[in-house]
Amino acid sequence: MVAESTTVGAVRGPLEGVRPAFDLIARHRVLFTILFLVVLPWLAPYKALAVNILIFGLFAMGFNLVYGYAGMLSFGHAALFGLGAYGCGVPIAKFGFPWYVALPLGIIIATTAGVIIGWFATRSRGIYFAMVTLALSQVVYYVVYQSIWLTGGEDGLRGVSVPSISVFGIAELNLLDPTTKYYLILIIVAFALWIFSRILGSPFGAILEGLRENERRAAACGYDVNRTRWFAFILSSVFSGLAGALYAIHLSVVPIETLHYFTSAVVLMMTLLGGMGTFFGPFVGALVYLLLQDVVSVITVHWQLVVGCLFVLLILFFPRGIWGSLMHWLRI
Amino acid sequence: MAVKLSRRKLLATAGAAAAMSSFKINVARSQETPIKIGFPVPISGPYGTEANDQIRCAQLAIDWFNQESPRKAELVVRDDKLDPGEAATRTLELIESDKVDFICGSLSASVQLSVNQVASKRGVIYNSISQSDTINEASDFTKYTFHEALNPHMTAGAVARYVFSRAKGKKIAYLIADYAYGHEMQRGFRRVAAEMGMEEVAEVRHPLGTTDYSAFFPRIQAARPDILLVVNFGRDQLNTLKQATDFGLKQQMQIVYPVLLDTQRFAGGFEPFEGVIGGANYYWTLEDQFESAKRLNDAYRAKYPDQGVPTAYGALGFAGVYGILKGVKEAGSTNTDEVIAAMESMKYDAYKGEQYFRKCDHQAVQSVLIIRAKAPSEMRNQWDIFEVLDTQPADEKFLRTCEELGHKA
Amino acid sequence: MTLDLFLLQLFTGLALGSIYVLVALGLSLIFGLLTIVNFAHGQFFMLGAYVGAFTLGFTGNFWLSLIVVPIVVGGIGMLCERFLVRPLYGRGIDYPLLLTYGLGLILLELVRIFAGTQGVPFSTPRFLAGAVDLHFFFFPKYRLFLIVATAVILLALWLLLEKTSYGLIIRAGARDQEIVQVLGVDIGRVWLIVFGIGVAIAGVAGVLAAPIRGVFPEMGVPVLVEAFVVTVVGGMGSLLGAVIAGLLVGVTFSFTSFFYPEMATLSMFVLMALVLVFRPRGLFGRAGVLG
Repeated sequence: MVAESTTVGAVRGPLEGVRPAFDLIARHRVLFTILFLVVLPWLAPYKALAVNILIFGLFAMGFNLVYGYAGMLSFGHAALFGLGAYGCGVPIAKFGFPWYVALPLGIIIATTAGVIIGWFATRSRGIYFAMVTLALSQVVYYVVYQSIWLTGGEDGLRGVSVPSISVFGIAELNLLDPTTKYYLILIIVAFALWIFSRILGSPFGAILEGLRENERRAAACGYDVNRTRWFAFILSSVFSGLAGALYAIHLSVVPIETLHYFTSAVVLMMTLLGGMGTFFGPFVGALVYLLLQDVVSVITVHWQLVVGCLFVLLILFFPRGIWGSLMHWLRI
Repeated sequence: MAVKLSRRKLLATAGAAAAMSSFKINVARSQETPIKIGFPVPISGPYGTEANDQIRCAQLAIDWFNQESPRKAELVVRDDKLDPGEAATRTLELIESDKVDFICGSLSASVQLSVNQVASKRGVIYNSISQSDTINEASDFTKYTFHEALNPHMTAGAVARYVFSRAKGKKIAYLIADYAYGHEMQRGFRRVAAEMGMEEVAEVRHPLGTTDYSAFFPRIQAARPDILLVVNFGRDQLNTLKQATDFGLKQQMQIVYPVLLDTQRFAGGFEPFEGVIGGANYYWTLEDQFESAKRLNDAYRAKYPDQGVPTAYGALGFAGVYGILKGVKEAGSTNTDEVIAAMESMKYDAYKGEQYFRKCDHQAVQSVLIIRAKAPSEMRNQWDIFEVLDTQPADEKFLRTCEELGHKA
Repeated sequence: MTLDLFLLQLFTGLALGSIYVLVALGLSLIFGLLTIVNFAHGQFFMLGAYVGAFTLGFTGNFWLSLIVVPIVVGGIGMLCERFLVRPLYGRGIDYPLLLTYGLGLILLELVRIFAGTQGVPFSTPRFLAGAVDLHFFFFPKYRLFLIVATAVILLALWLLLEKTSYGLIIRAGARDQEIVQVLGVDIGRVWLIVFGIGVAIAGVAGVLAAPIRGVFPEMGVPVLVEAFVVTVVGGMGSLLGAVIAGLLVGVTFSFTSFFYPEMATLSMFVLMALVLVFRPRGLFGRAGVLG
């Protein structure tokens, strides 16, 4: 599918022929993303890993809305992801709610947190914005950690068991089967991707990008900068929360680590690896990061060294990320 | 079949195949396929040393089984990075793709509960080798769940009974890491303290991973306890002991730990551990008492001549895999229900005398050692770091009752 | 709570805060001049402890390790700045931040590979062991030394910045880079030295903390977050802020540990959140020093 290019940028000939293909992909990005994801389980070494790629890809995309598109670096997205997970997991595990009630509940809880955290955070800029998000997500971590009776605390939440889903009473889908689980989650993620794409293509998406490029100018044009950023944060928490809810169902446990700031760091790394400011980038980043982790840790225990080096190399030479750089070259 | 093969071809061209070579392809299932035991342990991260010793010792159990069995067993090791989310993913991979028959492993409470959840839902036996009270309880227990390791209740109980009966005074204080392990050990201590009429004068719960404990000591010192019961693990344990020594706590009170770690003693030297009493599941000098301990130590020394002796947590790795494979041997098959029945009824001597799994919660009923650190002048060789003061025998009366754990009779 | 208990808790907080001050100082110094958020700062702290441990192991002399550590760690820092961080100037605040994060991962893993995962022992030097009778209570000698050592380093830094011409250049460069360059100063050299000094201080903090906290690969990870909290509370780029905030955070941690210990770690974040709500740039932060 992707043409092999040996010397990037210099050789125009073969690239010219493929360019229309890439324009096609750019225009129908959602479709091609979904097509790729349909084949993913057959390419990835493990189906469980493929599901993680879906989930973290979605999470990274939500994060990217705030970071890549709106230009705000957040260190607190773990709170949104984790609250989505607990918000979906606790109703199922402790109160026996069905999944189709718990999933939206998870999204709602995560979004509520996004409203609150976002309101406080968007009053600051730059590194201070990041610090406020970090501080507030740590508060969330602490509260959930101490609420052992509800969340299991440090032991994690167990019992998020959704063994099967019945479709309108006709078909019974077995979620213990990895393939079925993957495609079910893919349907939900695909829908989210479509909505995400519509948002980016809307006037709101344009305002967001305008804000990132030149905040003063956007303000001069009459846009309420703080309100827009807050809105972007809230939208981001919808997608991050959905990713978290799906994570709970996928693993049937919710570890307390989902709320830890390391999770915030991981999603940032994924977004950067793939390339912020592109639609597909975060997914590529999630894929590369998770594959690396899984594959490299079989070869050597020092997988973090490999990731660290890759990171440094990317920042120095390919700041657009893997996908971003690829897209950039192929457009020249 | 054809679909599987072409998928593997795709993998090869993707380049990831280089790492995949260690994964077996079950093209044709026959009696010659090895018995696979999945082994998720935290190889990367702060407990890498413990995890690696667990792998070494687990391999010894595999070797023992393979010597006497025509069908071979095989250890499938994975890195769970001490993270329950990772562990759950690895467990899913082990069961769904690597098609393991059994799972053993994990070094933290939250990780083992996570692995247990995933494995039991898919009908795979899981033998946990990490301390936890929760895994015995009805809410987390399933028929597929086995627990080889000690649990906090019996460990804290053993240490408390030993220390309280010899204490000069009745006042006790607690310094507890604020997580499951800490709470569960404290609960075990409190039970025995109540029975023996001890008086609790102070309780401090510190955040997990605290590096500086100095802020917690003044409150403890002001309460003037005779005994200070500290519950934390790994690096936290070493730091607490170092700083307690600096602050002169040892002159004022007896410091007691439910589990004293040989790995931390090696890392930190004798001084922090001087005068401290604690518990353990295993110490290598048991070879003087038990044939099985000698067998383990000799096999370890033969296969890993540079490593010395098995550590306590390493030995758990051995016992966990041993327990499963003994069950397979007794059952004469790898059929899950048959192996469960065999494991429930068998008596086994892994490394410290006879043990068995209690039926209601599959907890291994075993002995608990009470140990203290030896001064350099007392050590016979570099590995002789502890002295075994006493042993609490293997007996169900030291466990919580089945009813208390929520199991129906 | 009696007076001696109060004083003991206060002194403990000051000793704790001393480490925070040293680490935050370096971070703030680097940010103030280079506008870089150094995410590898915790790992330089850890490197200092390791270098100190090895020097102590080789020579048996604690004072020698205190001299060797800032030189070696500062040197490593300067190499990193020259070849990894320098190319990223002008690209905005995010790139150096992320690069130093990757650098931190690399440093951590390299230490694990070369020095093992268990850590190395580091005992309190004999002449600093034991406790001192401060009339109200006994206080460990070493922690008193820590407070004194921090004060000495602060004094030295202050002298450098206020009384030397080099310090003048650094302060001028923090205020306006372009003018300084126009005046003929090689700003690249200044950046190099400042980055070196910043991480050297962190390294010294590491070796000073080693007898208390031990020496192990992960020791720098919580330090980074603590340093951020302190720097943000004090105001990024303000050295006075780093000192005041460091002591404030240390004392807050200490007193929270007394009354509500489980919340001790969280109390730092709550403090930071409160400060940011009322003074969004930190206590002493300057306007316009942000991305």
